[in-house]
Amino acid sequence: MSEQIFFEDVREGMELPVEVRNPTPRQLVQYAGASGDFYEIHYDRNFAQSTGLKDIIIHGALKNAMLGAYVTGWAGPAGELRRLTVQYRGMDYPDEPITAKGHVSRVYQEGQSNLVDCTVWLENPEGQQTTPGTATVALPSRN
Amino acid sequence: MSTNSFTLTDEMREQSIGVESEPVSMVIEQGHVARFAEAIGDENPAYTVGTPETGGIVAPPTFLRAMRGIRPELPFEAPFTRLLDGGSDWEYFEHVRPGDTITAVGRVEDIRERTGSIGQMLIATIKITYRNQRDAVVATQTSTSIRY
Repeated sequence: MSEQIFFEDVREGMELPVEVRNPTPRQLVQYAGASGDFYEIHYDRNFAQSTGLKDIIIHGALKNAMLGAYVTGWAGPAGELRRLTVQYRGMDYPDEPITAKGHVSRVYQEGQSNLVDCTVWLENPEGQQTTPGTATVALPSRN
Repeated sequence: MSTNSFTLTDEMREQSIGVESEPVSMVIEQGHVARFAEAIGDENPAYTVGTPETGGIVAPPTFLRAMRGIRPELPFEAPFTRLLDGGSDWEYFEHVRPGDTITAVGRVEDIRERTGSIGQMLIATIKITYRNQRDAVVATQTSTSIRY
């Protein structure tokens, strides 16, 4: 898939490439089936609205997965995800673009590992960070 | 929603911390892993055909969310009917692979009471430890659940 990024190429403050995704109601149904989370607020509009929501909402766990895919895609085939944190601060809706962004917050070595901490988040079309998180990845060295 | 005055006493808190769920086990199936990767929109070949780096097919980082019903029972009644997921903190130690049997146990790490914009809330921190058939911890997931 992507090219490999190496530890030596990474600097603190470096931005991760922006990625835009467009989750659809179909994807929420796929995720419900694959995860077993069949709570109706994720696929039944009438039900969602009866609980006070304006529409069906994206599973928090799917947003967690999207951040995981974002970071592991950046870390490349030989990168290893060590830690991933995510907070659900706001609702996101299907059929709206959701944008993944991030930057490198720390570059360090620990034991035998070359580690990189990233600050990552998902943004709604209004530019609000609905889903902030952090990730730690181990990257290979050129040496 | 709740208009009653629920109080989380020190005793209730002490009784709750350390409570564990029943263990939940799942055999990891290759087709399930592929379907999960497709559902989250992740085309990484590690999840469908495997890569040299991963030494075969592995599961995506949040795949273990597909293990359901890992719930430590609180040792008291709380008058809250709604549940919000506040977020998760995952730590990864080993890959999860098709054919593995993963066993998960959830433990109450902390519980506290707060009043916010949605009214009174009971906030629990639950740590789930996932082990494989060799008893190696593959991942832990510390989640915040909010009842209100």
